[in-house]
Amino acid sequence: MSAIAIDNLDVSYGTSKITHGIRLAIAEGESFALVGESGSGKTTVLKAIAGLAREWTGSISVFGAPRSHGIDRGFAKHCQMVFQDPYGSLHPRKTVDATLSEPLTIQGVTGDHGRRVEAMLDAVGLDRKFRFRFPHQLSGGQRQRVAIARALMLEPKILLLDEPTSALDVSVQAEILNLLKRLRREQNLTYLLVTHNLPVVSFLCDRLAVMRHGRVVEIAGADQLKTGALADPYSRELLALSGGHPKT
Amino acid sequence: MSALLDIRNLRVTFPSPRGPVDVVKGVSFQLGRERLGIVGESGSGKSMTGRAILKLIRKPGQVTADRMDFDGIDLRAQTDRQMRDIRGARISMVMQDPKFSLNPVITIGAQIDEALITHQKLARGEVRKKTLAMLEAVRINDPERVTRLYPHEVSGGMGQRVMIAMMLIPEPDLLIADEPTSALDVSVQAQVLDIIDDLVRKNGMGLILISHDLNLVSAYCDRILVMRGGEVVEECAAGELANAQHPYTKGLLASMPRIDETRSELPVLDRRSWAT
Amino acid sequence: MSTLDWLLDDSPASRMQARLGRTYRITRSLLKNPLAVLGLIIILALILMAMFAPWIATHSATAQDLGARLQPPSAEHWMGTDELGRDIWSRVVYGARITLLIVALVAVLAAPVGLIVGAVAGYFGGWVDRILMGLTDIFLSMPKLILALAFVAALGPGIENAIIAIAIATWPSYARIARAETLTIRSSEFIAAVQLQGASALRVIVRHILPLCTSSMIIRVTLDMAGIILTAAGLGFIGLGAQPPLPEWGAMISRGRQFILDQWWVATMPGFAIVVVSLGFCFLGDGLRDVLDPKHGERQ
Repeated sequence: MSAIAIDNLDVSYGTSKITHGIRLAIAEGESFALVGESGSGKTTVLKAIAGLAREWTGSISVFGAPRSHGIDRGFAKHCQMVFQDPYGSLHPRKTVDATLSEPLTIQGVTGDHGRRVEAMLDAVGLDRKFRFRFPHQLSGGQRQRVAIARALMLEPKILLLDEPTSALDVSVQAEILNLLKRLRREQNLTYLLVTHNLPVVSFLCDRLAVMRHGRVVEIAGADQLKTGALADPYSRELLALSGGHPKT
Repeated sequence: MSALLDIRNLRVTFPSPRGPVDVVKGVSFQLGRERLGIVGESGSGKSMTGRAILKLIRKPGQVTADRMDFDGIDLRAQTDRQMRDIRGARISMVMQDPKFSLNPVITIGAQIDEALITHQKLARGEVRKKTLAMLEAVRINDPERVTRLYPHEVSGGMGQRVMIAMMLIPEPDLLIADEPTSALDVSVQAQVLDIIDDLVRKNGMGLILISHDLNLVSAYCDRILVMRGGEVVEECAAGELANAQHPYTKGLLASMPRIDETRSELPVLDRRSWAT
Repeated sequence: MSTLDWLLDDSPASRMQARLGRTYRITRSLLKNPLAVLGLIIILALILMAMFAPWIATHSATAQDLGARLQPPSAEHWMGTDELGRDIWSRVVYGARITLLIVALVAVLAAPVGLIVGAVAGYFGGWVDRILMGLTDIFLSMPKLILALAFVAALGPGIENAIIAIAIATWPSYARIARAETLTIRSSEFIAAVQLQGASALRVIVRHILPLCTSSMIIRVTLDMAGIILTAAGLGFIGLGAQPPLPEWGAMISRGRQFILDQWWVATMPGFAIVVVSLGFCFLGDGLRDVLDPKHGERQ
């Protein structure tokens, strides 16, 4: 049984159709990337799975259970999302502690919330002294760690990641990528990662799907990416542009 | 090659609740009619350096330098009015996001016309002809149609090309490009950079390319300055980047994932001293 | 560690410490603004005057002394006497209680109602938004004073009814503000994140959206207080607000109208009080906006 199985997915916003006939199967414990440029519809697929984009036809199922078109309270425990912009994804008036205990309170998790929060801070590599800080007192990398911690509070099996390192500095990006890789190994998580950055895919993912204008153009393994053995001409073009600029 | 730009000990200071803070700490370099890349992460002071050259830093920021010469002119001594004559006509700047740097309520044609009229006295017909020629030079296929459009009606890549047209039409001697392609898709980035490169070479201009992307800068520049915490930590020829000496540059290069990545963990820069 | 260090600690050890630290920083920023400090002093003076009225007033506010009618300001009567021989200073002091009562009650009644209506309309959108905003627009389309007038005329004169009437006339603009804020906040990623955690609409609105609306609400209410005082004074002036012998400032001006040329102090003194208090609220409101409005840079 796949962790995520998508068939013939057409997502629309109002009158415009963003994706056309998407078909993907992501195995449990796999790290899968959706690659493409802006307007390719990759983030839209993520939102449809999460329940943030409601107008779609086709089928989406997570661990065999079909997804509804909106947000499911129960689903929250299986699948969570990490957003792109560390500056916009944390509530500006809530301390790190409040942000991290919120999901526990919402889902009625019993037990000592404080202890869980501290354990999660340790897991994402944040010193406990950050626990009662507000977001504006944290750097971009630290905020993204909090965002990852928040996503993991309910112990989901699947993480949807929307360009998690695009807005970060190069040196901080490496730290967050290492963190994501480690967490996946430790907790046997399944990742569905949206990115336009191919080297990140090489580092973090097992397989990828290249999207263009709302369609899946090619599905390949990461090893194919590393050796440049991609079949579709658009994929090869993207690879040529990412792997190096004309003069290097 | 005489120096087009000669900067010595440039310092930019801002007041803060904890006392004055130097965001650029004594940066020095010379630039001829060549392409210089300034690379750094956020907070390195690279954008501030670019703005300081154009005297775009307003109070409470303060700019001091031992020397800030452009083609023999002492920029420090220029008044606001004199700087206005220099900006655009002799030194131009292309910024990151055309969404924010183009006027949304004026047509593209009118904006480029204005850029030209501000610095040169020409007849109306002449102006429009030059505008169309410039749009063609930035590889816009249907210039007539585009002059009638508003900025929000064109894509990011095209908007950036319009910006370049606007900034290069007065034929300046020096172009400062501050993250010109960061807001663009990968496929469009190469196009825009090629255009900048082409025009810079054709007109014999100097180029300062400011970016956070080491690979990009090494591809499109002759020399590279690496900045960190307001200081230049490394200066080298673009082709020599792989043999960088400074630990920060080496660390930065190593921490970027590669297409043919085989490492299980990326090397991370040492905890910086200002991390709180 | 001194209290100051504890408040300014970069790494607070508890939620309360973080909250108090933030409040302290905001207060300190506010106090750097001289006009805001002036406004604060005026408001505090108003509150103290109201609280300690019996000790601050020199005479009774209602005792008549027809022998001492229309006396100019003197050592005995600091602000002179009115047409019934009552000491104006004492009436102004006791009138502070009424002013404070009006301002506080209107704020307490109108702001929460406006906040909730606006936030609900903004969050749900669709027909909920249309109905609620339609209702709001109906109220907004009429001038405040006329609306208040209509309600008081229907409910009958008196200070309680005046308060209700003014509150009814005031809540719609708060609803508009709250709705505008909510629309901006609603599409933020941190709201999406909490929705994905399974939060109910009620929880999202109350615990995540409303806290972000409070800044603009506080600023708006404070700035509005000047207008509320003037509306109450206006109603009192017409005779529909506080009824005699209550020393409401607006009613006092009304009574003093007849004597304005020769015995100017009867109308001017309470008028002066209104002006000073309104200015106080304006200065404070402006100061709060500089400190709280994210667009002006929330400096912490």
